[in-house]
Amino acid sequence: MSVNRYCVRTYKQDRRIFPSPMARLGLGVLGILLISLPFWAGAYWVHVACVCGVAVVTTLGLNLLTGYTGLISLGHAAFMGIGAYTAAVLAIKAGFPFLLALPAAGAMAALAGVVVGIPTLRLKGLYLVITTLAFQFIVEHIIFHWDSVTNADTGLDLPAAALPFITFDSKEKFYYVILVMVVFTAFCAKNLVMSRTGRAFVAIRDRDIAAEIIGIPLARYKLLSFVISAFIAGVAGALYAYLVGHIGPDLYTFEKSIRYVAMIIVGGMASILGSILGACFITLLPVGISEVFGPLASAYPALATRIGAVNVTVYGLVIVLFLLLEPAGLFGIWIRVKRYFTQWPFTY
Amino acid sequence: MEIFLQLFITGLAWGSVYACIALGFVLIFKATDIFNFAQPELLMLGAYTALTMVAWFNLPFFAGFAISLIVMGAAGAVLEMIVVRPMVGEPVLAIIMVTLGLANILRGMVSLIWGPEELPFPAPFPETPVRIFGAYCSPAELYTIIAAGVLITGFILFFRYSSMGVSMRATAEDTQTAFLMGINVKRVFTASWVIAALVATVGGVFLASFTSYAAPLMSFYGLRALPAIILGGLDSIPGAVVGGLIIGVAENLAGFYLEPYFGSGMNEITAFLIVLIVMMIRPYGLFGSRIIERV
Repeated sequence: MSVNRYCVRTYKQDRRIFPSPMARLGLGVLGILLISLPFWAGAYWVHVACVCGVAVVTTLGLNLLTGYTGLISLGHAAFMGIGAYTAAVLAIKAGFPFLLALPAAGAMAALAGVVVGIPTLRLKGLYLVITTLAFQFIVEHIIFHWDSVTNADTGLDLPAAALPFITFDSKEKFYYVILVMVVFTAFCAKNLVMSRTGRAFVAIRDRDIAAEIIGIPLARYKLLSFVISAFIAGVAGALYAYLVGHIGPDLYTFEKSIRYVAMIIVGGMASILGSILGACFITLLPVGISEVFGPLASAYPALATRIGAVNVTVYGLVIVLFLLLEPAGLFGIWIRVKRYFTQWPFTY
Repeated sequence: MEIFLQLFITGLAWGSVYACIALGFVLIFKATDIFNFAQPELLMLGAYTALTMVAWFNLPFFAGFAISLIVMGAAGAVLEMIVVRPMVGEPVLAIIMVTLGLANILRGMVSLIWGPEELPFPAPFPETPVRIFGAYCSPAELYTIIAAGVLITGFILFFRYSSMGVSMRATAEDTQTAFLMGINVKRVFTASWVIAALVATVGGVFLASFTSYAAPLMSFYGLRALPAIILGGLDSIPGAVVGGLIIGVAENLAGFYLEPYFGSGMNEITAFLIVLIVMMIRPYGLFGSRIIERV
């Protein structure tokens, strides 16, 4: 066992985003793997990776709101929907380029975030949960019934995303756009939670009245949290719209909202790495189930109609088991495994 | 005027079902501080159990209904002991998610066992409509209103006079003090889940009776009872009942009178619109008690 183990000596070292050399090395390897992914994985897995990427972006945003600020939202799919439809309508009817549609989608969702955020300043806990749930259902309703704009259940078809010099006409190309967005969002989120604003969020989560007493303007920070989170969700929604090229109301249902909350639970509350792990895990879960179940279903056709039910059941079981057995989520497991190896052979 | 009365009675029938669901929510929340998002799934499971008893085992309706009540009561107790008891005292989000996960499991199991499609529900009520002051009402709706009325009155009496009811109220008031006073708090927790499961079963059976089918979609109707609870206040049983009736009537009236202006499906979101407005004016609902926080 080497003795020159990493040791924090200065405050500057402590404030690094990736503190240890090992973390940076691992990150480098991961980066190379991710960048080279389209070259060695098939088209299907690139698509899965893209879906994971979008989920990671949304989950990062939701974790800022729910994990760090302690405001629970069961309406995050609605923010995504607002972003997606804004981008689609702007791209189709006004001919907005990709680079403009994306922030516009975020801005629109952020605006919705303000609208939901203001009444929720007086609410917390369960009342807030139900209010965001009401928002979710109202947005769902509007998407479904505002025919002239959203085309109801037929949905909208988006043009391929394009920058001035390049058109992202294939999944492999668009994968890099998503990769850049994931890295950028994770980097911003990590910086945000290490800043004064992030500490204010955590103080509000832990005891909002105490936070107000020590001089944190509650209204401003709660709203800020809602706006940031909704903005990120809106951008993620637009990304997803460009990824699949066609959007419909079934993409932004209450079910999806729960899914994002499940991602932060499974990954780990108030943790950037946890958001990433959780989003990938929950997104890959149905993929894994169909990998296992597909051959089974082709052998026994009676099972084929039940695969949706199996998915729902396993997904519910995962949530319940994580909450009962590992409340800190995948991030908690990660920390434990890491500690086991760094402390080895001195386990305590 | 006849149309109004007809809508009003249909609204009351829906409202009674909502009140049953809301009663279950409030009961569990008061006793255990757990907000049970799986309540709509209990309603669905109750309807399916009754369906199985009547249609598959060919029992007479009321015998099947009684057996499904027993089965569901037991199911409620088991769920409480396995899933919910370890979560008591955890943060709000963890509790919400555990019940949402439970909801998913129940929904998945129901479609695994009975299949995802709608099944016709063998209701025992006559089909011919009854005339009340010129309005035509289906008997199933009237029976729903009556049954919910009896059930709710029964529960109010139960809470006021029976010793179990009194210890449930004591636990709701202050769990620790109740514990110190010698009340078996664990039994109270289990009892609240059993009762909630029973009420949900009654709601589910009647809902399936007047819509005449059972489907996994029923749990969605259950979610529409959430506004009823918020409207009434999370910790008030009369609030749950009044809230349920208001929501049921309001969405039926809105569905009919506002549809020409706002398009179809208005009845599905009226309840949620009402919630948004109530939350802006009274953040603790109409009957809920204001929480005074200490730092």
